[in-house]
Amino acid sequence: MAQFTLPKNSKYTEGKAWPKPSASGNVQEFRIYRWNPDDGANPRIDTYYVDRDDCGPMVLDALIWIKNNVDSTLTFRRSCREGICGSCAMNIMGKNTLACTLGMDDCDGDTIKIYPLPHMPVLKDLVPDLTSFFAQHAAIEPWLQTETAEPETEWRQTPEERSKLDGLYECILCACCTTSCPSYWWNGDRFLGPAALLQAYRWLIDSRDESTGERLDNLHDPFRLYRCHTIMNCANTCPKGLNPAKAIAEIKKMMVARAV
Amino acid sequence: MAEAKVAPRPLSPHLQIYRWSWTMAMSIFHRATGSALYLGIALFAVWLVALASGPGPFETVQWFFGSPIGILILFGYTWVLMHHMLGGVRHLVWDFGHGMEPAQRINMARFTLIGSIALTVLIWVVAFIAF
Repeated sequence: MAQFTLPKNSKYTEGKAWPKPSASGNVQEFRIYRWNPDDGANPRIDTYYVDRDDCGPMVLDALIWIKNNVDSTLTFRRSCREGICGSCAMNIMGKNTLACTLGMDDCDGDTIKIYPLPHMPVLKDLVPDLTSFFAQHAAIEPWLQTETAEPETEWRQTPEERSKLDGLYECILCACCTTSCPSYWWNGDRFLGPAALLQAYRWLIDSRDESTGERLDNLHDPFRLYRCHTIMNCANTCPKGLNPAKAIAEIKKMMVARAV
Repeated sequence: MAEAKVAPRPLSPHLQIYRWSWTMAMSIFHRATGSALYLGIALFAVWLVALASGPGPFETVQWFFGSPIGILILFGYTWVLMHHMLGGVRHLVWDFGHGMEPAQRINMARFTLIGSIALTVLIWVVAFIAF
Protein backbone atom coordinates (compact mmCIF):
# COMPACT_ATOMS: atom_id res chain seq x y z
CA MET A 1 0.00 0.00 0.00
CA ALA A 2 1.33 3.36 -0.95
CA GLN A 3 2.25 5.78 1.78
CA PHE A 4 0.82 9.18 0.94
CA THR A 5 2.45 11.05 3.82
CA LEU A 6 6.14 11.69 4.36
CA PRO A 7 8.11 9.41 6.71
CA LYS A 8 8.99 10.90 10.07
CA ASN A 9 12.57 11.82 9.14
CA SER A 10 11.37 13.51 5.94
CA LYS A 11 8.81 15.95 7.32
CA TYR A 12 10.11 19.45 6.72
CA THR A 13 10.00 22.38 9.06
CA GLU A 14 10.33 26.13 8.80
CA GLY A 15 13.98 27.03 8.32
CA LYS A 16 16.09 30.11 8.37
CA ALA A 17 15.31 33.44 6.72
CA TRP A 18 18.49 34.75 5.15
CA PRO A 19 19.16 38.50 5.02
CA LYS A 20 17.76 40.62 2.23
CA PRO A 21 20.24 42.23 -0.18
CA SER A 22 20.83 45.83 0.78
CA ALA A 23 19.87 48.81 -1.36
CA SER A 24 17.66 47.19 -3.91
CA GLY A 25 13.95 47.50 -4.59
CA ASN A 26 13.91 44.67 -7.11
CA VAL A 27 14.00 41.63 -4.84
CA GLN A 28 12.71 38.12 -5.55
CA GLU A 29 11.81 35.86 -2.62
CA PHE A 30 12.73 32.16 -2.72
CA ARG A 31 11.65 29.30 -0.48
CA ILE A 32 14.10 26.43 -0.87
CA TYR A 33 14.23 22.90 0.55
CA ARG A 34 17.35 22.20 2.61
CA TRP A 35 18.67 19.01 4.11
CA ASN A 36 22.14 18.42 5.44
CA PRO A 37 23.23 14.79 6.01
CA ASP A 38 25.72 15.89 8.66
CA ASP A 39 23.54 17.61 11.25
CA GLY A 40 20.95 14.86 11.78
CA ALA A 41 18.06 17.32 11.65
CA ASN A 42 14.91 17.08 9.55
CA PRO A 43 14.68 18.93 6.23
CA ARG A 44 13.75 22.59 6.44
CA ILE A 45 12.56 25.35 4.12
CA ASP A 46 14.88 28.36 4.02
CA THR A 47 13.90 31.78 2.74
CA TYR A 48 16.27 33.69 0.48
CA TYR A 49 16.08 37.06 -1.24
CA VAL A 50 17.71 37.62 -4.60
CA ASP A 51 18.67 41.00 -6.03
CA ARG A 52 17.12 40.84 -9.50
CA ASP A 53 19.19 43.80 -10.72
CA ASP A 54 22.38 41.88 -10.01
CA CYS A 55 21.26 38.47 -11.30
CA GLY A 56 20.46 36.74 -14.61
CA PRO A 57 16.85 36.01 -15.57
CA MET A 58 16.63 32.25 -14.99
CA VAL A 59 15.87 30.34 -11.80
CA LEU A 60 19.30 28.71 -12.07
CA ASP A 61 20.90 32.17 -12.20
CA ALA A 62 19.18 32.93 -8.90
CA LEU A 63 20.40 29.69 -7.29
CA ILE A 64 23.95 30.45 -8.36
CA TRP A 65 23.54 34.04 -7.13
CA ILE A 66 22.43 32.74 -3.72
CA LYS A 67 25.37 30.34 -3.57
CA ASN A 68 27.81 33.12 -4.49
CA ASN A 69 26.37 35.93 -2.39
CA VAL A 70 24.24 34.58 0.46
CA ASP A 71 24.78 30.93 1.40
CA SER A 72 27.64 28.94 -0.08
CA THR A 73 26.31 25.70 1.46
CA LEU A 74 23.23 25.60 -0.81
CA THR A 75 23.72 22.44 -2.86
CA PHE A 76 22.30 21.67 -6.30
CA ARG A 77 23.39 20.06 -9.56
CA ARG A 78 24.00 22.17 -12.64
CA SER A 79 26.21 22.07 -15.67
CA CYS A 80 25.28 23.26 -19.16
CA ARG A 81 22.86 26.09 -18.22
CA GLU A 82 21.06 25.63 -21.56
CA GLY A 83 18.67 22.72 -21.11
CA ILE A 84 20.73 19.94 -22.67
CA CYS A 85 22.49 18.22 -19.75
CA GLY A 86 19.48 17.68 -17.49
CA SER A 87 21.45 18.25 -14.28
CA CYS A 88 19.40 21.06 -12.76
CA ALA A 89 16.05 19.22 -12.81
CA MET A 90 14.05 20.11 -9.71
CA ASN A 91 10.54 20.89 -8.57
CA ILE A 92 9.86 24.59 -9.07
CA MET A 93 6.43 26.01 -8.24
CA GLY A 94 5.01 22.51 -7.91
CA LYS A 95 6.18 21.28 -11.29
CA ASN A 96 9.33 19.44 -12.31
CA THR A 97 11.48 21.31 -14.76
CA LEU A 98 15.00 22.54 -15.48
CA ALA A 99 16.04 25.54 -13.41
CA CYS A 100 18.16 26.79 -16.32
CA THR A 101 15.34 27.06 -18.86
CA LEU A 102 12.68 28.49 -16.55
CA GLY A 103 12.67 32.27 -16.25
CA MET A 104 11.90 33.82 -12.88
CA ASP A 105 9.32 36.00 -14.67
CA ASP A 106 7.52 32.85 -15.81
CA CYS A 107 6.94 31.66 -12.24
CA ASP A 108 3.52 32.86 -11.16
CA GLY A 109 3.24 33.92 -7.54
CA ASP A 110 5.34 36.27 -5.45
CA THR A 111 7.53 33.56 -3.94
CA ILE A 112 9.38 30.95 -5.96
CA LYS A 113 9.28 27.60 -4.16
CA ILE A 114 11.91 24.99 -4.95
CA TYR A 115 12.07 21.36 -3.86
CA PRO A 116 14.17 18.43 -5.06
CA LEU A 117 12.60 16.06 -7.61
CA PRO A 118 9.64 14.44 -5.80
CA HIS A 119 9.61 11.13 -3.92
CA MET A 120 13.33 10.47 -4.20
CA PRO A 121 15.97 9.85 -1.54
CA VAL A 122 17.73 13.17 -0.89
CA LEU A 123 21.53 13.28 -0.81
CA LYS A 124 21.69 16.95 0.14
CA ASP A 125 19.41 19.98 -0.40
CA LEU A 126 18.21 19.84 -4.04
CA VAL A 127 20.28 16.78 -5.00
CA PRO A 128 18.30 13.52 -5.24
CA ASP A 129 19.77 10.03 -5.50
CA LEU A 130 19.17 8.95 -9.11
CA THR A 131 20.86 5.54 -8.85
CA SER A 132 17.73 3.46 -9.40
CA PHE A 133 16.52 5.85 -12.10
CA PHE A 134 19.66 5.16 -14.16
CA ALA A 135 19.56 1.45 -13.31
CA GLN A 136 16.06 1.34 -14.79
CA HIS A 137 17.31 3.06 -17.92
CA ALA A 138 20.06 0.42 -18.19
CA ALA A 139 17.46 -2.32 -17.69
CA ILE A 140 15.78 -1.54 -21.02
CA GLU A 141 19.14 -2.08 -22.76
CA PRO A 142 19.34 1.27 -24.54
CA TRP A 143 21.59 0.31 -27.43
CA LEU A 144 21.24 -1.07 -30.95
CA GLN A 145 20.86 -4.84 -30.97
CA THR A 146 21.24 -6.77 -34.22
CA GLU A 147 21.67 -10.34 -35.44
CA THR A 148 22.39 -9.91 -39.13
CA ALA A 149 25.97 -9.41 -40.21
CA GLU A 150 27.18 -5.87 -39.83
CA PRO A 151 27.04 -3.92 -43.08
CA GLU A 152 30.26 -2.63 -44.59
CA THR A 153 29.13 0.94 -44.13
CA GLU A 154 26.44 2.22 -41.76
CA TRP A 155 23.08 0.63 -40.95
CA ARG A 156 20.73 2.19 -43.53
CA GLN A 157 17.50 3.86 -42.61
CA THR A 158 14.96 5.70 -44.77
CA PRO A 159 14.00 9.28 -43.84
CA GLU A 160 10.54 7.95 -42.87
CA GLU A 161 12.04 5.34 -40.56
CA ARG A 162 14.37 7.93 -39.08
CA SER A 163 11.49 10.34 -38.47
CA LYS A 164 9.90 7.83 -36.11
CA LEU A 165 12.68 8.58 -33.64
CA ASP A 166 11.75 12.26 -33.49
CA GLY A 167 10.27 13.17 -30.15
CA LEU A 168 12.14 10.26 -28.55
CA TYR A 169 15.87 10.71 -29.13
CA GLU A 170 15.76 14.25 -27.68
CA CYS A 171 15.30 12.91 -24.15
CA ILE A 172 18.10 14.15 -21.86
CA LEU A 173 17.30 11.82 -18.93
CA CYS A 174 16.73 14.66 -16.48
CA ALA A 175 14.20 12.52 -14.56
CA CYS A 176 11.55 15.25 -14.48
CA CYS A 177 8.91 12.93 -15.97
CA THR A 178 9.66 9.84 -13.92
CA THR A 179 9.63 11.72 -10.62
CA SER A 180 6.38 13.51 -11.56
CA CYS A 181 4.51 10.23 -11.90
CA PRO A 182 2.31 9.23 -8.92
CA SER A 183 2.41 5.65 -10.14
CA TYR A 184 6.19 5.79 -9.95
CA TRP A 185 5.98 7.36 -6.49
CA TRP A 186 4.02 4.36 -5.18
CA ASN A 187 5.71 1.60 -7.22
CA GLY A 188 9.06 3.05 -8.29
CA ASP A 189 10.88 -0.12 -7.28
CA ARG A 190 9.06 -2.20 -9.91
CA PHE A 191 7.53 0.23 -12.41
CA LEU A 192 10.16 1.41 -14.90
CA GLY A 193 8.73 4.91 -15.12
CA PRO A 194 8.13 7.22 -18.10
CA ALA A 195 11.76 8.09 -18.94
CA ALA A 196 12.95 4.47 -19.18
CA LEU A 197 9.82 3.46 -21.09
CA LEU A 198 10.19 6.32 -23.58
CA GLN A 199 13.71 5.06 -24.22
CA ALA A 200 12.41 1.50 -24.49
CA TYR A 201 10.02 2.68 -27.22
CA ARG A 202 12.83 4.61 -28.92
CA TRP A 203 14.58 1.24 -29.52
CA LEU A 204 11.38 -0.71 -30.18
CA ILE A 205 10.50 1.39 -33.24
CA ASP A 206 14.04 1.80 -34.50
CA SER A 207 13.95 0.11 -37.93
CA ARG A 208 17.56 -1.06 -37.49
CA ASP A 209 17.00 -2.83 -34.18
CA GLU A 210 16.38 -6.59 -34.36
CA SER A 211 15.50 -7.31 -30.73
CA THR A 212 11.92 -6.04 -30.81
CA GLY A 213 10.46 -9.35 -29.59
CA GLU A 214 12.90 -9.72 -26.70
CA ARG A 215 12.41 -6.08 -25.74
CA LEU A 216 8.64 -6.56 -25.59
CA ASP A 217 9.08 -9.79 -23.60
CA ASN A 218 11.17 -7.87 -21.12
CA LEU A 219 8.41 -5.27 -20.66
CA HIS A 220 5.50 -7.73 -20.52
CA ASP A 221 4.97 -7.42 -16.80
CA PRO A 222 2.16 -6.06 -14.62
CA PHE A 223 4.54 -3.57 -13.05
CA ARG A 224 7.37 -2.67 -15.44
CA LEU A 225 5.05 -1.38 -18.16
CA TYR A 226 1.48 -1.65 -17.00
CA ARG A 227 1.72 0.50 -13.87
CA CYS A 228 1.29 3.39 -16.29
CA HIS A 229 -2.29 4.57 -15.69
CA THR A 230 -2.14 7.46 -18.17
CA ILE A 231 -2.01 10.11 -15.47
CA MET A 232 -0.04 12.23 -17.96
CA ASN A 233 2.04 14.15 -15.44
CA CYS A 234 5.07 13.02 -17.45
CA ALA A 235 3.92 14.68 -20.64
CA ASN A 236 2.69 17.77 -18.77
CA THR A 237 6.04 18.31 -17.09
CA CYS A 238 8.71 17.34 -19.68
CA PRO A 239 11.00 20.38 -20.10
CA LYS A 240 11.86 19.22 -23.62
CA GLY A 241 8.20 18.98 -24.66
CA LEU A 242 8.31 15.22 -25.22
CA ASN A 243 5.40 12.86 -24.62
CA PRO A 244 6.35 9.74 -22.63
CA ALA A 245 2.67 8.90 -22.05
CA LYS A 246 2.18 8.57 -25.78
CA ALA A 247 5.29 6.42 -26.17
CA ILE A 248 4.01 4.11 -23.43
CA ALA A 249 0.60 3.92 -25.13
CA GLU A 250 2.41 2.90 -28.33
CA ILE A 251 4.27 0.13 -26.47
CA LYS A 252 0.95 -1.14 -25.08
CA LYS A 253 -0.42 -1.13 -28.64
CA MET A 254 2.60 -3.14 -29.84
CA MET A 255 1.90 -5.66 -27.07
CA VAL A 256 -1.68 -6.09 -28.28
CA ALA A 257 -0.67 -6.16 -31.93
CA ARG A 258 1.72 -9.05 -31.46
CA ALA A 259 -0.76 -11.02 -29.32
CA VAL A 260 -3.62 -11.01 -31.83
CA MET B 1 39.40 4.36 12.18
CA ALA B 2 36.18 6.26 12.62
CA GLU B 3 33.43 5.16 10.30
CA ALA B 4 31.68 7.83 8.29
CA LYS B 5 28.17 8.12 9.66
CA VAL B 6 25.47 8.87 7.11
CA ALA B 7 22.03 9.90 8.30
CA PRO B 8 19.15 7.95 6.72
CA ARG B 9 18.16 9.89 3.64
CA PRO B 10 14.85 11.71 3.76
CA LEU B 11 12.25 11.20 1.05
CA SER B 12 11.67 14.36 -0.95
CA PRO B 13 8.11 15.79 -0.74
CA HIS B 14 5.70 14.60 -3.43
CA LEU B 15 1.89 14.84 -3.10
CA GLN B 16 2.44 17.61 -0.56
CA ILE B 17 4.02 19.95 -3.09
CA TYR B 18 3.13 18.76 -6.58
CA ARG B 19 0.82 21.11 -8.44
CA TRP B 20 -2.44 19.47 -9.52
CA SER B 21 -3.17 19.21 -13.19
CA TRP B 22 -6.47 18.28 -14.83
CA THR B 23 -5.22 14.89 -16.01
CA MET B 24 -3.79 14.08 -12.57
CA ALA B 25 -7.03 15.12 -10.81
CA MET B 26 -9.29 13.19 -13.20
CA SER B 27 -7.07 10.12 -12.81
CA ILE B 28 -7.55 10.05 -9.06
CA PHE B 29 -11.28 10.83 -9.52
CA HIS B 30 -11.50 7.82 -11.81
CA ARG B 31 -9.97 5.61 -9.11
CA ALA B 32 -12.22 7.11 -6.43
CA THR B 33 -15.42 6.78 -8.45
CA GLY B 34 -14.43 3.23 -9.36
CA SER B 35 -14.23 2.37 -5.66
CA ALA B 36 -17.49 4.22 -4.95
CA LEU B 37 -19.25 2.09 -7.57
CA TYR B 38 -18.75 -0.94 -5.30
CA LEU B 39 -20.81 0.82 -2.65
CA GLY B 40 -23.27 2.06 -5.24
CA ILE B 41 -24.05 -1.40 -6.54
CA ALA B 42 -24.83 -2.38 -2.93
CA LEU B 43 -27.73 0.09 -3.09
CA PHE B 44 -29.14 -1.86 -6.01
CA ALA B 45 -28.59 -5.14 -4.13
CA VAL B 46 -30.47 -3.77 -1.11
CA TRP B 47 -33.36 -2.81 -3.36
CA LEU B 48 -33.42 -6.29 -4.98
CA VAL B 49 -33.29 -8.06 -1.61
CA ALA B 50 -36.15 -5.89 -0.39
CA LEU B 51 -38.10 -6.72 -3.53
CA ALA B 52 -37.64 -10.44 -2.86
CA SER B 53 -38.50 -10.10 0.85
CA GLY B 54 -42.08 -9.01 0.38
CA PRO B 55 -44.22 -5.87 0.42
CA GLY B 56 -43.21 -4.64 3.90
CA PRO B 57 -39.43 -4.36 3.43
CA PHE B 58 -39.93 -3.19 -0.14
CA GLU B 59 -42.13 -0.31 1.04
CA THR B 60 -39.48 0.70 3.57
CA VAL B 61 -36.67 0.69 1.02
CA GLN B 62 -38.82 2.53 -1.52
CA TRP B 63 -39.63 5.11 1.13
CA PHE B 64 -35.92 5.54 1.94
CA PHE B 65 -34.85 5.99 -1.68
CA GLY B 66 -37.70 8.48 -2.12
CA SER B 67 -36.68 10.53 0.92
CA PRO B 68 -34.46 13.62 0.46
CA ILE B 69 -31.39 11.74 1.75
CA GLY B 70 -32.17 8.76 -0.47
CA ILE B 71 -32.55 10.99 -3.51
CA LEU B 72 -29.28 12.74 -2.67
CA ILE B 73 -27.49 9.38 -2.43
CA LEU B 74 -28.95 8.23 -5.74
CA PHE B 75 -28.06 11.55 -7.35
CA GLY B 76 -24.46 11.12 -6.11
CA TYR B 77 -24.39 7.55 -7.37
CA THR B 78 -25.58 8.70 -10.79
CA TRP B 79 -22.74 11.20 -10.96
CA VAL B 80 -20.20 8.61 -9.83
CA LEU B 81 -21.44 6.25 -12.54
CA MET B 82 -21.39 8.91 -15.25
CA HIS B 83 -17.95 10.15 -14.23
CA HIS B 84 -16.49 6.65 -14.23
CA MET B 85 -18.13 5.90 -17.58
CA LEU B 86 -16.74 9.03 -19.26
CA GLY B 87 -13.37 8.37 -17.61
CA GLY B 88 -13.46 4.89 -19.07
CA VAL B 89 -14.16 6.26 -22.54
CA ARG B 90 -11.31 8.76 -22.12
CA HIS B 91 -8.91 5.98 -21.17
CA LEU B 92 -10.14 3.88 -24.09
CA VAL B 93 -9.36 6.73 -26.49
CA TRP B 94 -5.93 7.18 -24.90
CA ASP B 95 -5.26 3.44 -25.12
CA PHE B 96 -5.64 3.77 -28.88
CA GLY B 97 -2.95 6.45 -28.77
CA HIS B 98 -5.32 9.31 -29.64
CA GLY B 99 -6.00 12.59 -27.89
CA MET B 100 -2.64 12.75 -26.14
CA GLU B 101 -1.39 16.11 -27.38
CA PRO B 102 -1.19 18.90 -24.77
CA ALA B 103 -4.46 20.74 -25.43
CA GLN B 104 -6.35 17.52 -26.23
CA ARG B 105 -5.45 15.68 -23.06
CA ILE B 106 -6.35 18.63 -20.81
CA ASN B 107 -9.64 19.21 -22.63
CA MET B 108 -10.55 15.52 -22.43
CA ALA B 109 -9.89 15.55 -18.69
CA ARG B 110 -12.02 18.68 -18.29
CA PHE B 111 -14.78 17.15 -20.37
CA THR B 112 -14.91 14.16 -18.03
CA LEU B 113 -15.92 16.41 -15.15
CA ILE B 114 -18.16 18.79 -17.08
CA GLY B 115 -19.77 16.00 -19.10
CA SER B 116 -20.45 13.85 -16.05
CA ILE B 117 -22.18 16.70 -14.22
CA ALA B 118 -24.21 17.61 -17.34
CA LEU B 119 -25.26 13.98 -17.91
CA THR B 120 -26.23 13.53 -14.26
CA VAL B 121 -28.42 16.63 -14.27
CA LEU B 122 -29.93 15.60 -17.60
CA ILE B 123 -30.81 12.11 -16.32
CA TRP B 124 -32.50 13.54 -13.24
CA VAL B 125 -34.39 16.20 -15.15
CA VAL B 126 -35.65 13.55 -17.55
CA ALA B 127 -36.51 11.25 -14.63
CA PHE B 128 -38.50 13.95 -12.83
CA ILE B 129 -40.36 14.92 -15.98
CA ALA B 130 -41.08 11.34 -17.03
CA PHE B 131 -42.03 9.92 -13.63
